[in-house]
Formats: sequence, C-alpha cells, structure tokens
Amino acid sequence: MSRGWIVLIFINLGLAYEFGKGEELMGKVVLSASREAQDLVKAIEAASGTRTSLCYQCGKCTAGCPVNFAMDYPPRQIIRLLQLGLVEEALQAKSIWVCASCDTCTARCPRGVDIASIMDALRREALGRGRVFRDVSAFNQSFLNGVKRFGRVHEASMVVEYNTRNMKLLKNAEQGPLMLSKGKLNILPEPIKGRKEVSRIFDKVKEMEGDHQ
Amino acid sequence: MKIAYYPGCSLDGTAKEYGMSTHRMADLLGIEFWEIPDWSCCGASSAHQTNHLLSVALPARSLAIAEKEGMDVFAPCAACYNRFRAAENEVRSDAKARSQVEEAIGMTYAATHQTVSTLELLAERYGLDNLAAKVTKPLKGMTPACYYGCLLVRPVGITGFDDPEDPQSMDRIMEAVGASPVKWDFKTECCGAGLGVTQPDICLEMTYRILMNAKEMGADSIVTACPICHLNLDMRQKAIEKKYRVEFKLPVYYVTELVSIACGAEPSSVGTNHHFVEANSIFDQLPAKARAMEEAAEAAQAGKKGKKAAAAKPVAKPEKVEDDGPSLAQQIYNDADQAARLEALLTAEPARAAKLQEIFEQDKDKAQKVAGALLAKKAKETSGGEEGN
Repeated sequence: MSRGWIVLIFINLGLAYEFGKGEELMGKVVLSASREAQDLVKAIEAASGTRTSLCYQCGKCTAGCPVNFAMDYPPRQIIRLLQLGLVEEALQAKSIWVCASCDTCTARCPRGVDIASIMDALRREALGRGRVFRDVSAFNQSFLNGVKRFGRVHEASMVVEYNTRNMKLLKNAEQGPLMLSKGKLNILPEPIKGRKEVSRIFDKVKEMEGDHQ
Repeated sequence: MKIAYYPGCSLDGTAKEYGMSTHRMADLLGIEFWEIPDWSCCGASSAHQTNHLLSVALPARSLAIAEKEGMDVFAPCAACYNRFRAAENEVRSDAKARSQVEEAIGMTYAATHQTVSTLELLAERYGLDNLAAKVTKPLKGMTPACYYGCLLVRPVGITGFDDPEDPQSMDRIMEAVGASPVKWDFKTECCGAGLGVTQPDICLEMTYRILMNAKEMGADSIVTACPICHLNLDMRQKAIEKKYRVEFKLPVYYVTELVSIACGAEPSSVGTNHHFVEANSIFDQLPAKARAMEEAAEAAQAGKKGKKAAAAKPVAKPEKVEDDGPSLAQQIYNDADQAARLEALLTAEPARAAKLQEIFEQDKDKAQKVAGALLAKKAKETSGGEEGN
C-alpha cells in the first residue's frame, strides 16, 4: 500500500515534469493527460458503463476488497490512475489479473462507480493489446476453446490445454486423481448436438467486433 | 410446479452431488423439471473476462430455447444463474444489445422470462411454509454457516433478491428444515475460487479466512448453493489445513443435499459420499447435539427465571444478606455510603463479586484497592455516559 502511494506521488510529479517540458516551448505548463490517454479512459468508461470522475477516493472499495493483500495497485488507486489519465499504468497493473470479479467494491461504492466493470474493461483492453497475465488468459482461452469445441466445459481436456498453454505441465496435477477418486471428473467429453451452433456464436461475435481471441 | 431446468456443466462433473441432490429434492418436493434440450455452456467468468458480447450471447442461446417453451429457468449453479441474469438484464434494457445478441445466436430472444437460483426457488417460488411441511427428519442440532458467496447476491442490480451484505434466504431455508444456522461474518465474502487454478496461493488465503470464521462462530458445517465455492471449500480444505497448520474438518453441503436429507432422503443417496471432507457421520451425531442444545436452552431459561424471581422479591434479598452476616461490601468498607455503592455494583456484576471475594480472602488491603478502582471506574463511566447523552 505505502509503496503504491509513493509510486503514485512520483508518477504525479513525473507527469507534471514531463508535460511541463513538452509544453515549455509554448510558454505554458500542461498538467492534464494526453488526448489519446483521455480518449482511452473514455472508451474504458463507456465499456464499463461508469464514470471515474464520480470517485472521491474514499477507499471503501479497497477496504472491502478480499484480494487487496495480493494487489500492486488496490482498486482505489486503479481508479485514481484513470482519473489522472495514466491508463498505461493501469493496464500494466497486476491487480487487474488478481481481481476475483466478486463485485464487492461496486456493491459498496457510495458514489455508484462500477469498479468491478472497470477492472473487466481493463482486462479486455489489455487482452486486445496482447498484454496479458499469461496464467489467467491461458485459463480463459482453454475454457472457451473447450466450449467452442464441445458446446460444454470438459474439465479434463481444459486443464490439459491450460497446462500446455501455460507451459506448466504439472500445475494442479494433484487435483486430477483427487477428483477422479470422487467420481467428479469425466474422462471423455460429451459434445452436445448443437456444438456447431455454439461454435458459430464464437465466429459470429468475432466477425461482428473484430474480436481479439 | 413446473420450471425449465438448466443444470450447467458443473452439475455433471465437479458438482455431481449438486445434480444428484437437486433431482432428489425436486422429486421429494413435487417440483417438475423440463431440462432445456441441448443446452450449452454459459461461458462463466472466462467469457465475461474475454469478450462482452460473447458473455451475453452464450447464455442467450440456452435462454432462447427455454423462452420458446414460455418457461422461467431454474439454474442451480450460482455462476450460470449470475450470467443468465446478466444476459436477461442486458437484453431487456438495451434494444441495441438485444439485436446484436440475436444476430450472434441466430435466434430471437426477448428475455421475457426470469432465471431463478436454488435459494429463490425454495424461499420464494416454493415457499418456506410449504418446505417446512415436507420435512420428515428435521436437522435439529445442526449449526451450519450459510455461505452465499458472490454470485448469488452480486451485482446487486442483476441478482437483487436478497441483501448483499447480510442475506437471509438460505438461513430461513435451513431453519425451515430444522437446523440452527450460526451468525457469522463471511456470508458474502469471496472465496477466490476463480483464482484457484491460476493463482492458488491467493485463493487458499481467501478460503482459509472463510473456514476460520465459520469455525470460530461455532459452525459444524458450511452450506452453499454454488458449485465453485463448494469445490473450493471442500476439495481445498485439506491443503489449507496443511498450509496453515489448523484443523477444520468442516463438511460442506449443498443446500439441496440438506433439504433432501431433512425430507427423508438417505445422505449417501444425495451424494455425500462424493465429498472430500467426510460428510456422513454428522447426521448420526445430531440427536445428541440436539439434546445438548435443548438442555443448554433450558438451563439458560431457568437462569433467567431465577433472576426474574429474585427481582420480583426485592424484600427477600436483604434479609438473606443479613442472615449471612455482613456482606462483602460491608466487610471492605466501614463507611455505609461507600459500602452501599459497592454493594450495588457487585449485585449488578456477579462475576466481579466472585473475583473480589477471592481477593478479599487472600488480602484485605488489596481487595479494598480493587474495590476502590471499581467504584472509580463506575463513576467515570456514569459521568461519561451523561456527557455522551
């Protein structure tokens, strides 16, 4: 937390200096973010249906966040970064991949900021730029590929694909035999009849939005 | 009662016992399921984190099939329920989104119907009184911690059937089947199951906190209506016990398992053998636990009555004190006024009185000092209280 604070203060000072340098020629100091950064913040706000300017930095989101202990920038600071136009910092934060999407922050925000949706929008933006936290995106990819292929999730093949993508072949390996012993793991997938329809949904979505999957 | 049924991928695999017990419960309660033919995966959090349109279109396919039959959908899995409600909400409130979703799935879908969770199905659709009327083997003596997790209560605008901070529906269901759910703090705290595969250490820490609080608050088990929470609390419990060097041994049940058992089903027939934490023996211990709870309640009642009786006969008390010779307060203070004040304080706090008696027997001067401190504290509290008012 305190490290995050210091980094934020430095970023603020650094930003002021950088902008100041750039604009000195014209004899004025600019303390706002670049046009592109502002546009990107607007796009993220539109994708999440919320406004970061509503936030008055009370910290209730961070206080209630059950994963704050594992974050580099806790939720309040992520919102602050966006308020300052520091989108790049937010997109590089480990926090967006640690966020468990539990929605506690959004439910408790006294200003009605949908923080969880912002985290979602940041993850999708990061994915779109190929900037990913490998573990999480490998998991999501493996999950969705299975759904596209069979119409439903098949855990065994999903974990195998995930470990392969992730290049950690033995990750979670102890859980396979455990689940098998309790009759909770089906060895073979059971594809549904309409799997082609499901696969078409994936293709159609991609076609409609130039998707980044 | 007839309702469209969407089991979701988990109920056939990792949450096998949830599927078994849901069917058994429906039979016992007389609820008729129409399983959505050829249903497909809702996309869960993976679609949600990857692409917004996909996260709405995947649930919409199964929902559109049910809509053709004109039926509300029952989705026992909390993740499916959550994604379904989100899709319904979006299609209903946003015409542009609706046309995009329809284009993506190649079907019409207007979200005219509603998805319900297990908790809504039991507490609202079926009704708690009707449920209580079906109970043949009440779970008396059982003290479960009702764990709602995230997906049943949040986002508030999408689920909205129960309080997001202190939900009650599962507690009421447990009471209807005879159990005594405990009050605890982690009802809606995220267990981090979504991070279980990718970042297990974070997940273990989150789950540990939940199990710890349940144990500390006197729970003998945990009840949930979410396959992901269940797998996390049940399967990872051993790893957590090892990592944090604690022993929980808390069986984790699906609400449908406990409802079925209370309505007469054999525990093993609803899938308790598929649990990782041993989950059968608790039912044999219930009668003894129930008796102990009743005795404790009776004793507490008797204690209250005793106090009331004493209060009702204020004349009798001083007489008794005189019989015993000078009271402790009188022995400590010669001054009548001081003694009376100490007497009043000690009558109000019998625990302190006993402690003071003990001290008095060993060291009279010390007892006087302690009594002085007590009176001073009391005086301070009283004046503080007045200021506060």
